[in-house]
Amino acid sequence: MPFIPHTRKDTEEMLAVIGVPDLDTLFDEIPPELIIDSMEGVPEALSEMQITRLMHKRAAIDGTPSCFIGAGAYEHHIPTVVWDIATRGEFYSAYTPYQAEASQGTLQTIYEYQSMITELTGLDVSNASLYDGASGLAEASLMAVRTNRAVKSRRVMLAPGVNPIYAQVAEAIAGSQAITFESIAMDAKTGNVDFDSLDDNADPVAVVIQQPSFLGTLEDVDRLTNWAVERGAIVIAIVNPMSLALLKAPAQWGDSGADIACGEGQPLGVPLSSGGPYFGFMTCKQKHVRQMPGRIVGRTTDLDDKPGYALTLQAREQHIRRSKATSNICTNQGLMVTAATIYMSLLGFDGLVKVASQSQRNTKRLVDGLCSLDGVQRVFEGPYFHEVALRLDRPVAPVLAALAANDILGGLDLSAYTPELENALLVCVTETKTDEDIDEYIDAMRKVLATESASDS
Amino acid sequence: MSEMPGDLQYTKEHEWLRREEDGSVTIGITDHAQSALGDLVYVELPEVGQDLDVDGEMAVVESVKAASDVYAPISGNVLAVNEALADVPETINTDPYGEGWIVRLQPAGEIDESSMMSPDDYQTLLDELDEVDD
Repeated sequence: MPFIPHTRKDTEEMLAVIGVPDLDTLFDEIPPELIIDSMEGVPEALSEMQITRLMHKRAAIDGTPSCFIGAGAYEHHIPTVVWDIATRGEFYSAYTPYQAEASQGTLQTIYEYQSMITELTGLDVSNASLYDGASGLAEASLMAVRTNRAVKSRRVMLAPGVNPIYAQVAEAIAGSQAITFESIAMDAKTGNVDFDSLDDNADPVAVVIQQPSFLGTLEDVDRLTNWAVERGAIVIAIVNPMSLALLKAPAQWGDSGADIACGEGQPLGVPLSSGGPYFGFMTCKQKHVRQMPGRIVGRTTDLDDKPGYALTLQAREQHIRRSKATSNICTNQGLMVTAATIYMSLLGFDGLVKVASQSQRNTKRLVDGLCSLDGVQRVFEGPYFHEVALRLDRPVAPVLAALAANDILGGLDLSAYTPELENALLVCVTETKTDEDIDEYIDAMRKVLATESASDS
Repeated sequence: MSEMPGDLQYTKEHEWLRREEDGSVTIGITDHAQSALGDLVYVELPEVGQDLDVDGEMAVVESVKAASDVYAPISGNVLAVNEALADVPETINTDPYGEGWIVRLQPAGEIDESSMMSPDDYQTLLDELDEVDD
């Protein structure tokens, strides 16, 4: 597409043709009270040189600490070639072109992405991506209500392991459509669903199961899936795609499998960044495909019997279905998806297994080391993937501050998320950490705990 | 020229109704409607037992180029839906007035005859539409 600039003369000529004296008159339908001429709190513009200096200065404050925080976004090694390819001019766009089929390369990339995500989750079909994991849950909930017309309740039950931020986002997006979200009680010993608390007369339209849970535990997904299916509910799985290299795919949960799987795609080749951009993924069983939001690329053959790619099932989308569309989202996070596709194809399934196994092993080393210290123990029993909740013998925030002084981001203080778990800290270790990094953390924690308790006495 | 059986009633939304002997009403879309939509690939049906209000959403017919709502021409309770359409939606294209029926309703109260068209009236409507197209 050529870049066509217009001069002041061009603008004047165009305005003259339509009989409008100036640009302000052209836009005079905008109510004056909506036009802002100053923004409070936003300083005057800086020059490029000034802003570059300021940002470098601010970045330097962060330093290069060793990160042991997970909680939904995970630091994995990203081979340089991933973003070298993703940022080539041919790929470097967030969107498919408006004449999508003219861009076969983009469509093929999305098709390959869909194939890989369906293989990971075991389900039949994938869309071309969503904004992020949290909006993925909201879309899955809306989809469950559309597809499960036999259940009238519009109540979505959340396992206690659902990321609390996902629950807030889902409530914000889907709550206005009369969908209510309620949490299932937690078994204090396992951190998972308290099966005794489940009401067998419940009639949820959907049950959401996050695996691994926000607190790092592994839910009895088979039992919970079967319970939900017996109630006629749609089963929504929230999964970390990296964990699927080791854990059972959602399609294998229980006797009939989850109906919809969604989650955060960031662990697959997208770097940590304050708030993103990340991307959400969504797959489902074939029978729900017409209620799935977003674009789907299909493989077909052209008139000469050569393979080609086309957007498919577009009648669900907003340019055709208008207000009845399954959603207003399209290809969405195309660039992130391109990176994820390259990342997955580079590593292959064996590579993902290695990353996941090493992350698990590293986490075990840290957890065993920390729990050997006085004043540190696990909050829950049971197996874990690469994230574990620990209980300290004192408030977490000052301990994290002391660790940060040693260039260690020691984990997430859970007091803001699950205040009922006193002094709880969520730690995560990926393959990016060496044994030395892990032992340094354990050492630093030993010293911090010793100093603090010495000052207590 | 669209095919148009003489024993049916029609609506301006391009639906047809057949009054069955037991008092129920069978409903589908007309030959003109299926032809305008093109090859159908999916039909979303209401649930048996569901109560429908007149002009409320009754079904969705999806072709390769569009998905359109089919509105209930009368109020009533859904007695039966054409389950066969789930697997063979193109039956609506091949036999819109027969095997391609969509829903059978038990009417709630009297049917508003003023909103129903005779075959002749419906033909007049189609002729007018043709003129607009020309």
